[in-house]
Amino acid sequence: MSTETTPAVEKKESLFSKKNRKLLTDPLDDSNPITVQVLGICSALAITVQVQQAVIMSLAVLFVMIGGNVIVSLMRNIIPDRIRIIVQLVVIASLVIIVDEVLKAYSPDISEKLSVFVGLIITNCIIMGRLEAFALGNKPGPSMLDAVGNAMGYAWILLAVALVREVFGSGAISFPGVGQVKFLPEGWFYANGGFYENNNLMILPPMALITVGVIIWIQRARNRSLIEEN
Amino acid sequence: MKALHKLIEERVKPNFTGEGKLKRFWVVFDALETFLFTPGHTTSKGVHVRDGIDLKRTMFLVIVAMVPALLFGTCNIGYQYFLSLGEITTADPWNAMLLDKLIVGAIKVVPLIVVSYATGLGIEFVIAGMNGHAINEGFLVSGMLIPLIMPVDVPLWMVAVATAFAVLIAKEVFGGTGMNILNVALTARAFLFFAYPKQMSGEIWIHDVMASKAGGVLADGYTGATALGQLANTVGQPVNGEVSNGVMAMFADGGMFSFMNCFIGTIPGSVAETSALAALIGAALLIWTGIGSWRIISSFIVGGLVMGVIFNQLGLNAYMTIGPVHQIVMGGFMFGAVFMATDPVSAAQTNTGKWIYGFLGGFFSIMIRVFNPAYPEGVMMAILFMNVMAPTIDHYVIEANIRRREKRLAATAAVA
Repeated sequence: MSTETTPAVEKKESLFSKKNRKLLTDPLDDSNPITVQVLGICSALAITVQVQQAVIMSLAVLFVMIGGNVIVSLMRNIIPDRIRIIVQLVVIASLVIIVDEVLKAYSPDISEKLSVFVGLIITNCIIMGRLEAFALGNKPGPSMLDAVGNAMGYAWILLAVALVREVFGSGAISFPGVGQVKFLPEGWFYANGGFYENNNLMILPPMALITVGVIIWIQRARNRSLIEEN
Repeated sequence: MKALHKLIEERVKPNFTGEGKLKRFWVVFDALETFLFTPGHTTSKGVHVRDGIDLKRTMFLVIVAMVPALLFGTCNIGYQYFLSLGEITTADPWNAMLLDKLIVGAIKVVPLIVVSYATGLGIEFVIAGMNGHAINEGFLVSGMLIPLIMPVDVPLWMVAVATAFAVLIAKEVFGGTGMNILNVALTARAFLFFAYPKQMSGEIWIHDVMASKAGGVLADGYTGATALGQLANTVGQPVNGEVSNGVMAMFADGGMFSFMNCFIGTIPGSVAETSALAALIGAALLIWTGIGSWRIISSFIVGGLVMGVIFNQLGLNAYMTIGPVHQIVMGGFMFGAVFMATDPVSAAQTNTGKWIYGFLGGFFSIMIRVFNPAYPEGVMMAILFMNVMAPTIDHYVIEANIRRREKRLAATAAVA
């Protein structure tokens, strides 16, 4: 912690000043879009069966988020207030279409698995929320940091849930290009006379909800400031 | 007893209180001490009318009510085992090899009980220690119910995982004993049902039937399927078709799943669910001591009967043509009605609510089991569903009561 106050900061705020750094770190914990603001839950439940899907989804959201936040922030002074939602939607939709086309071109199998959820990034509440709450009132620099922070906050929850679900649900982790890497000996499974069986419930959507719930539980136990008063 | 009490008070207790060496384990001591002796707590202010029967003793009575089902279930495991080997016949289900039956049953049941209690109580002790709470006795009943509703040949580690899941996610997350929304034992069962479907269906209802089959020593014509499993085969088949008639023959008098066999419980199934008779004995004790709600038990049974009659009238497949009374003595219906639906925490609290809760529970149990053969144990689904609905039912019952009294107040005010 630096205690010195430099007057130079007031003239031109550095991109990585303390205030701006908070934009990056806050969404990871204190104002996490999924576990605290409870936004973007649908995609967190739907595409966390495999780690690689979660990674691709996170990257897609990161791209759309940065693009959307920066573009809207650049246009913030020329967007008429009454039609701002439509303008934001157009920006997000064009970015999502770019992501969708790139995915279709370079990894069609993953694109198929993510199916409709890439398109649904358009309606991802986190993105709309950040555009409304931040990009419309801030300069492009901080807006970009805010986008990165929130996308990362979204990504680490997605990855944590996907890791738990894939390890216990499939007993393996899939990597692009390599395929499924199984780390349990085949002889352990019932089908081969062993004693182990993958947990089928992990693959079903309810378990994603429960896993997110458990993450919220752990987070609140460690970070008491999140607990409501009453 | 007095000497024991004195010994504990003078020698053991000081170790756990104040600056004693073992004061970190106070919760453990407290739990065991209050289990042996009624605690001497008194209220410090005002007068409270209290019954001498506290939570620990309530729970203990429920366990006593389960003993008939447990004993019968243990015996039945052995009976089915020797039946599958052809060493005894259905002609003499009781006397032949009684001791052997009990031993075979105990070999399967005791480990289940030990695993369930060890896992559940272990988690309870750790969490109580972490939070500095006294240990709750809520798990005494759940820990007994879990092994009783498991298939005989379920792997023990799955029981442990399911118990841990149920205690943590269904109970501790919501604040421990008395705060859970769902019945803990049924949550464990539902977890296993969805998590390990292969291990929770098929020929797991009889001890070692797979091994016997592989060894070629299985008695002719013996299958390990349950009554509900057999009936599920008739769904989608014409009423008097070959498959349906074959299955229905088992349910006629003298068949494997005749009414008497289902009622007494000499059929394959989960450890203690097969016997409607044993469940009814438990019900008698629970109702007599006022612990189980007679409203829930009776309305649950009525709900099942009503759905059974409706299916009889429809008669679209052989499953529906089973008589309503026969329908409710099969599977876990009676056991669920007596020990699961009456769970005082997750059931409806108001008296009117209990009627509605019980009736719909029984109604849906039969409906799910007949409509969806993939879920033979409709009772489990129905009770869990009604657990979720119970607060809503209570809410509307209370609202209706408030409105009724407001109307009455307005009426008397108008007269005056």
